[in-house]
Amino acid sequence: MNAVIPLSAQLINLFASVILLLAFAMLAQRRVLKLIDLFALQGFTLFLSTLVVAVKTGQSHLYYSAALTLTLKAFLLPWILHRLVRRLHVKGEVEPLINIPTTMLIGIALVMISFNVALPISELSSSIARGTLGIALAVVMLAFLMMITRRKAVTQVVGFLSMENGLFLAATSATYGMPMVVELGIALDVLVGVIILGVFFFQIRDQFDSLDIHHMERLKDN
Amino acid sequence: MDLFILMLAIPLVSGALLTVAGERAWAPNLNVLASLGTFLAAAGLTVEIVANGPRFAFGEQFFIDSLNVFFVALTAFVGLTTSIFSGPYMANEAAHGRLTKPRLRLYKSMYQFFMFTMLAALTTNNLGLLWVMMEAATLTTVLLVSLYRTPASLEAAWKYFILCGVGIAQALFGTILLYFAAERVLGHSGTALLWTHLVEVKGQLEPAIMVLAFIFLLVGYGTKVGLAPLHNWLPDAHAEGPTPVSAVLSGLLLNVALYAILRVKVLADGAIPDNFAGNLMMGFGLFTLLLAAFFLSRQKDVKRMFAYSSIEHMGLITFAFGMGGAVANFAGLLHMTMHSLTKSAIFFAVGHATQKTGTQIMADIRGLMKINPLIGWGLMLGTLAILGMPPFGVFASEFMILTHAMKHHAWATPILLLALGVAFAAIFGKVQPMVFGETEAKRLPHAPAITPVFVHLGLVLMLGLWIPPYLTRWFHEAARMLG
Amino acid sequence: MTFSLSGFLGQLFAIVLALALAPLLTGWVNQCRAWLQNRGAPPLLQPYYMLHKLFHKDVVLAHGASSLFRAAPFVIFGCMVLACAIIPSLSTDLPFAPAADALALVGVFGLARVFIALAGMDIGTSFGTLGGRREMLVGFLAEPALLIVIFTVALIVQSTSVATIVETLAHRDFIIYPSLAFAGVAFTMVSLAENARVPVDNPATHLELTMIHEAMILEYSGRHLALIEWAASLKLYAYSCLGLALFFPWGIAERDNFLALLAAIPLLLLKLGIGGFLLALIETINAKMRIFRAPEFLGTAFLLAVLGMLVKLLLENRV
Repeated sequence: MNAVIPLSAQLINLFASVILLLAFAMLAQRRVLKLIDLFALQGFTLFLSTLVVAVKTGQSHLYYSAALTLTLKAFLLPWILHRLVRRLHVKGEVEPLINIPTTMLIGIALVMISFNVALPISELSSSIARGTLGIALAVVMLAFLMMITRRKAVTQVVGFLSMENGLFLAATSATYGMPMVVELGIALDVLVGVIILGVFFFQIRDQFDSLDIHHMERLKDN
Repeated sequence: MDLFILMLAIPLVSGALLTVAGERAWAPNLNVLASLGTFLAAAGLTVEIVANGPRFAFGEQFFIDSLNVFFVALTAFVGLTTSIFSGPYMANEAAHGRLTKPRLRLYKSMYQFFMFTMLAALTTNNLGLLWVMMEAATLTTVLLVSLYRTPASLEAAWKYFILCGVGIAQALFGTILLYFAAERVLGHSGTALLWTHLVEVKGQLEPAIMVLAFIFLLVGYGTKVGLAPLHNWLPDAHAEGPTPVSAVLSGLLLNVALYAILRVKVLADGAIPDNFAGNLMMGFGLFTLLLAAFFLSRQKDVKRMFAYSSIEHMGLITFAFGMGGAVANFAGLLHMTMHSLTKSAIFFAVGHATQKTGTQIMADIRGLMKINPLIGWGLMLGTLAILGMPPFGVFASEFMILTHAMKHHAWATPILLLALGVAFAAIFGKVQPMVFGETEAKRLPHAPAITPVFVHLGLVLMLGLWIPPYLTRWFHEAARMLG
Repeated sequence: MTFSLSGFLGQLFAIVLALALAPLLTGWVNQCRAWLQNRGAPPLLQPYYMLHKLFHKDVVLAHGASSLFRAAPFVIFGCMVLACAIIPSLSTDLPFAPAADALALVGVFGLARVFIALAGMDIGTSFGTLGGRREMLVGFLAEPALLIVIFTVALIVQSTSVATIVETLAHRDFIIYPSLAFAGVAFTMVSLAENARVPVDNPATHLELTMIHEAMILEYSGRHLALIEWAASLKLYAYSCLGLALFFPWGIAERDNFLALLAAIPLLLLKLGIGGFLLALIETINAKMRIFRAPEFLGTAFLLAVLGMLVKLLLENRV
C-alpha cells in the first residue's frame, strides 16, 4: 500500500518530521546556547528538505532559496545569536514561565489541532509532499508557544526565527516555494529584523540590567 | 518621468540620503521637501488614475486602481503634514535633551523609509510583496517607537516587534495558503500571487483553503490593524514613541494594514459562500470596538487614550467593511479618511500640549486654552470631530454605518451605540478639563507648527458638509470594487 | 497455526539461545562501558561466574518473608523467558507466538514488574518499599509510551502480532517511515528506563537516594538472587530483540527456512553487539538524572511516541 510513495516524498516527509522533532526539542531545551544549536540544526534540515524539493522539481529558484536557507538559517543567524549571547553574558537557563512538561503537553495538543486543521487541505495538494503542510503549521504553533512561555528575550527571538522556519517549510514543500522576489524580500526582512533585535538586546540590557523580559511589565492599563 | 516611480523613488532616495547626511542643518528641510515631492507625485498619480483608469507598473508587480490610489493620496498627504509638524516638534525634543543628533538622523531616515514601505505596500500587486513591505514597515516603526531609548519606549518597541512579528507570521502563513490555492488554478508561475490575476479566478479558488487562508490573514494583518485580542502593542507604541510617529501609526499604518485585509477579502468573498469573510470581520470589529470603548475610560495617559480611540475606530471600520455592500464600503472608506485626518490632527495638538506641559498624564495637563488658544481649540475641535459630532465628517460616516447596520444587522445596533456612547463619555470627560482650567504657561524654544492641525480639521469639516462630486465618484468606484 | 517439528525446534532453540546469550549481553555492555570510561574491564563472562556462584550459595530469608517473596523470582524469571519466546530473534516461525501479541507482551513485562515490586515491599524494609514505589512510578509512565510505540508500528503493518510485524517490515520495499524514527527514539528511552539503565537508574551502584531496581532486590540472596539477575539480563535481551524486531528486522528468518535460520545467528550476534555498544555509549555520555526528573524523561518518551503516531496518521495514511 505504501510502495507508490516516491523516494523524494519520503525524504521530505522524513526531514519535515525531523524539523517537528527539533521544534519539540527546542521547547524542551533548558540551555540557551543549546537552543541556538538546535535552531541551527533545524535550519540545516530545512535546507536539506528544500534541496530535495529543488532536485525533484528541477526549479532553479529553489536552489537559490536552499542556498539562502543554508547560509542564513544554518550559519549566519545562529552565529549572530551565539555572539550576542556570549557578549551579553546571558545566563545559561531559559527560564520558562510554565514548567516544561506542561508546555510539552500543550505542544502535543497544538500538534493535534494543526494536523486536524491541515488534513483536509493537504488532501487537495498536488505536491509530492502534501502532508508537510500540517507539520509546518505545527512547527509554527510550537514556535509561537515557545515565544509566549519563555522569559528571555533571546529565547523569544529564537522562537520567532523558528516560526519563520515553519513558514518556509510550508512554502517549499506545499507549494514548491514562493516566487523569488517574495522569498528574497522575506529573507531580507528576517535578517534586518535580527540585526535590529541584536541592537535592541544591548539597549534592553543597558536599561534593565537584564535580558529577562519579566522586568518589562511597566506598561499596563490601569 | 513616470509619476509612480517618482513617488516611490523620492522617499527611498531621500531616506538613504538622510541616513548618510541626516545630521546636517538642512536635513529637516529635506525631510519636508521629500514629503512634499512624494505628495505632489501622488497627487499627480491620482489625477492620472482618475482620468485614465487603472494601470500597472514594473511589469505587473505594481498595480494602481481607484481603490489604492485613494489610500496613496491620503498617505502622502498625512505624510507631508506630519513631516511639517515634526520639524519644530523634534527640534523642541532635541532642545529638551530628550534626543541626540544621531537619533534625529535615525528619525528622519526611518520616516522616509517608512513612507516608502507604506506606499509600496499600497501599490504592489503581489500579495507576497505586500507582506514583505508590511514587515519592513514594522521594522522601521520599531526603530521609531524606540527612538527615546527609555526603558518604557524599549519595552513598547519590544512588545510591538514581538506581537506584530507573530501576527505578521500568521499573515505569511495565510499568504502561503493563498498561493497554494491559487497555484491549483493559475499553475506554478510568478502570476499566482498577483492580485489582478487572482481576482479573475477568485470563483475557482478552493473554498476550504481560502477559509483557512483568510482566517490567518485576518488575524495576521489584524494584529497590525489593532484588532482585539492582539491589540496590546498599539497603546504602548503610541504612548512611548515620539508624537509624529503616533500620528503616522494611527493615521497611516493601521489604514494600510486594513487595506491589505480588504484586498484579501475581495478574493475570499469570491471563493467562499455565505459572506464568511464579512461575518468574521463584523465579529472581530464589534469585539474590538466594544473592548476599546471600555478601556478608554481607564486611561491616564493622553496618547494612550487616543491610541485606544484608534483601536475603537478601526473596529468600527472593520465592522463596516464586514457588512459589505456599496453603502457600507463607502462609509468605511469615508470613515478611514476621516479618522486618518482627525486622529493625526489630534496627535499633532496633543504633541504640542505635552511638550508645553512636559507630561503625558492627563491629570497634570490643564488649561491648554490659556497656554496657547490654537492648541487648545485644535485639541477640542479634534476631539469633538473624532467623537462624531456634526458637522464634522466623522459624523457623516458614523451615521452611514449606523443606519446601514440598523437596516441590515439590527442586532448590532445597540452594541454600536453603547460602544460609541461609552467612548464619548470617556474621552470628552477627560479632554474638557485639559483644555479649560488654570495653568502656568511655559515657552518653547521653537514655535509649534499649528497649521497641519487646522488643515486636517478644516478638511474633515469640509468633507462633513460637502464632499466634492469627483471625490464621491471616486469613493463609489472604490466601494464598488470591494464588492 | 500448524504445528511443525522445525517450528518447535526453532522455538526451543530460540529460548535456549536467549537463556545462554542474555548474561553474555550484560557482560558485553559492562565491558564496553568499562572501555569507554577508561577503566579495567571485567571479564566478558563475569555474569556467568556470578550466576554460578549465586546458585551455589544458600538462601538467607528474612524473618517476615512470605511465600510471595519466595515465589517472586520464579514468576519473574518465567515471565522473561516467555517474553523471549514470543519475540522473534532468529525466526518468525514461533509456535508460542500466538500466545501473546505485542500488547500482551507489555502485559507480561507488567506482571513481572508487579511481582518484583511486591517482593520488594514484602519484607517491610524502607529501601524495598522505596524501590517498589519508584519502580511503579517508572512503569506507570513507561508502559503507555511503550504501548503507543507498538500502536504506531501496528498501524503501519495492520497487525499487533510481533511475528507478523517482523515479516511485513522485513520483506517489503524499503520505505522511510518518519513515524518509526519517532517511535524508535521513544522506544530507546523507554528501554533505558525499563532496564534500569543510566539516565534513570544506575545498575552498578547502590546509592540509596537514587536506586530503583537494586533497592527492591536488596533482601534477595542465593538462587533467588541468581534468578532475578538472570531475569534482568533476559529483560535486557528481550528489549534488545524487540527493538531489533521492530526497527531493524532484516535478517530474521521466515518459516521453514533452515539456512536463513543459520544465517540469522551471526547477524543477531552482530546486531546485539552493536546495540550493546550503543547502550554503553549512551550510559557513558549521559549523567544519571535526579529521580524527580525521571517522569519528565519518560514524559518526553511518551510525547515522542504520540508524535510518531500523529505523524504516521498525517503523512503515511493516505496512499
